[in-house]
Amino acid sequence: MKVQFPKITVWRAIFAAIMLSGLAATYLRVMYGLGGSTNMSDKFPWGLWIGFDVMCGVALAAGGFTLVAMVHIFNVEAYKPVLRPAILTAFLGYSLVVVGLLFDLGRPDRLWHPLVMWNPHSVMFEVAWCVTLYTTVLFLEFLPMVFEKFGMHKPLEWIHRISVPLMILGVLLSTLHQSSLGSLFLIVPEKLYPLWYTPILPLLFWVSAIAVGLAMTIFESWHSSRAFGRALELPLLASMGRVLAVLMSVYLWIRFLDMSHRHVFGLLGRNRTETWLFGLEIALMAIPAVLLFQAKVRMRPGALYACAVMVVFGVITNRLNVGITGLEAGSGTHYFPKWSEVAVTLSIVAAGFAIFHFVAQNFPVFEGHPHEAALAELEETEEDPVVV
Amino acid sequence: MSKAILYDSTLCIGCKACEGGCAERWGLPYNDKIAAEETISAHKLTAVETHGERYSRRLCMNCQQPACASVCPVGALQKTALGPVVYDADKCMGCRYCMQACPFQVPTYEWDKRLPKMRKCDMCSDRQIKGKQTACAEACPVGATVCGERDELLTEARKRIAEKPGGYYNKVYGVQEVGGTSVLYLSAVPFEQIGLRTNVPMEALPETTWRVLELVPDVVSTGTVMLGGIWWITNRRAEVAKKEGRRK
Ligand code: SF4
Ligand code: SF4
Repeated sequence: MKVQFPKITVWRAIFAAIMLSGLAATYLRVMYGLGGSTNMSDKFPWGLWIGFDVMCGVALAAGGFTLVAMVHIFNVEAYKPVLRPAILTAFLGYSLVVVGLLFDLGRPDRLWHPLVMWNPHSVMFEVAWCVTLYTTVLFLEFLPMVFEKFGMHKPLEWIHRISVPLMILGVLLSTLHQSSLGSLFLIVPEKLYPLWYTPILPLLFWVSAIAVGLAMTIFESWHSSRAFGRALELPLLASMGRVLAVLMSVYLWIRFLDMSHRHVFGLLGRNRTETWLFGLEIALMAIPAVLLFQAKVRMRPGALYACAVMVVFGVITNRLNVGITGLEAGSGTHYFPKWSEVAVTLSIVAAGFAIFHFVAQNFPVFEGHPHEAALAELEETEEDPVVV
Repeated sequence: MSKAILYDSTLCIGCKACEGGCAERWGLPYNDKIAAEETISAHKLTAVETHGERYSRRLCMNCQQPACASVCPVGALQKTALGPVVYDADKCMGCRYCMQACPFQVPTYEWDKRLPKMRKCDMCSDRQIKGKQTACAEACPVGATVCGERDELLTEARKRIAEKPGGYYNKVYGVQEVGGTSVLYLSAVPFEQIGLRTNVPMEALPETTWRVLELVPDVVSTGTVMLGGIWWITNRRAEVAKKEGRRK
């Protein structure tokens, strides 16, 4: 018998290196606490794990609710082929946010406390409940893929029976906590730099979450078409690019209005880190918005992909600015993540990619997989609840 | 009636007796090295700062409407009727939102512990319940820190300003700042010169988030009806289209 080693590729090597560093960082976190594993301080109590793992993690997982709303509630059938990957991303995303929280909380063993000890005045209490419930909803939305894989028809039917209320619940919960992640920062008017602090933070967070959800879907489709050698659903993605262009324009317009009402344009004249980061953030959102209005760009896979990536990075920059950099001056201190904070974050992202790949390979995530029988059946059952 | 502390920085001689009294009450170590630290931390819940020849004390302001208590997801922080803002370490999950939200950057964290707690002054809640003064007020040899009813202390503070207008900056810090605090300050110079924050809002901070949170029921109810309605309309349309298609 010959032992077969997995092929060593560049990607696998990078993956292994990241995971090893993550392991070392985890050791630090467990043995030496937050002090030994992070650069957070009394003056700067939230670092990369909140700013990226939680704030960006939740935003990037927004595709789940955006597409569920489009396909099942607004009944845009055309987007169906990308619905499942979006749900999978969302489910993974939220699960990984919880993993991130386990690192970040001072007492991860008390993760469940907000569920039994209530403070309805706390935004974080609301977020905790929404995220818990929504992760459950996502799990239920993901289950059909498992049931189909193993040909379990009965449970498949049950799930379909509750699917509509479930989806409405999911969209509501997402609306609430996506916006609430912005509300978290309403309590620090004197700390958060005025380019970002605005009473409409929740609205801005919500709109940008919807947009980045679409951008992530384009991003994933592009990657999975390469990884699994599928044909790219180009017309579909191009039409999604259209929606993205409109959403980004609306978002930028709201921001422009808000800033002019708050009279903060003068701040842009100052040569400060905040100004440059703000410029970067706006550029990463405005450039793809403009480009995506052109059919030429939308119909070229590479260009469409580049636009989606820009939006993703634009929203990431926004979340990091609100959650980290925009708070530095007001907190009277500087923060730069320690290597172990970066290592944990990278490991979580890498794990996300790896699990997605694994699930996509083994479960009927992408249509056109060899599970057509089950799919056909699904289509039939799906018509049932429609009869009103 | 709620209790408060009045700190008169014009009387303070910088002897740091309050720091010692505080450390003793919390059972924290106190020595020359710790005395030299001018910032509050998890092992030093009050600190005397030097600003030129003037002194100023830092401690939790025990706000009237504390941001920390409003944001704590598990309700570990509570404003008591007596005045102190108290902390229940058994509830705390270590999210550190209180630290982020406090406009005075008061809460500190036991960063190096494996099972860390948040730490802040609680205006000697346990002592005040028994009718005793705070440990810092008791320790102060010159009466720069006194403890009593907030109303009475405010009257006293205003009296001191009126009696010696040249000796005081004509304001009491803590009356309006973040909607009022239970620690009041008097100073000879504008407050920012003794390290107090004058850029804090004059409204209670919990309002800023509550304005949004109170909309949640509206969003949920309206959202349910709207989404349900849209689903019903669009799917009904699809259904009709399909049926008509079949008939053709
Ligand atoms: S000063 Fe900060 S920690 Fe103290 S009661 Fe006010 S908000 Fe809470
Ligand atoms: S760190 Fe503890 S006390 Fe502070 S907000 Fe979080 S749970 Fe509440």
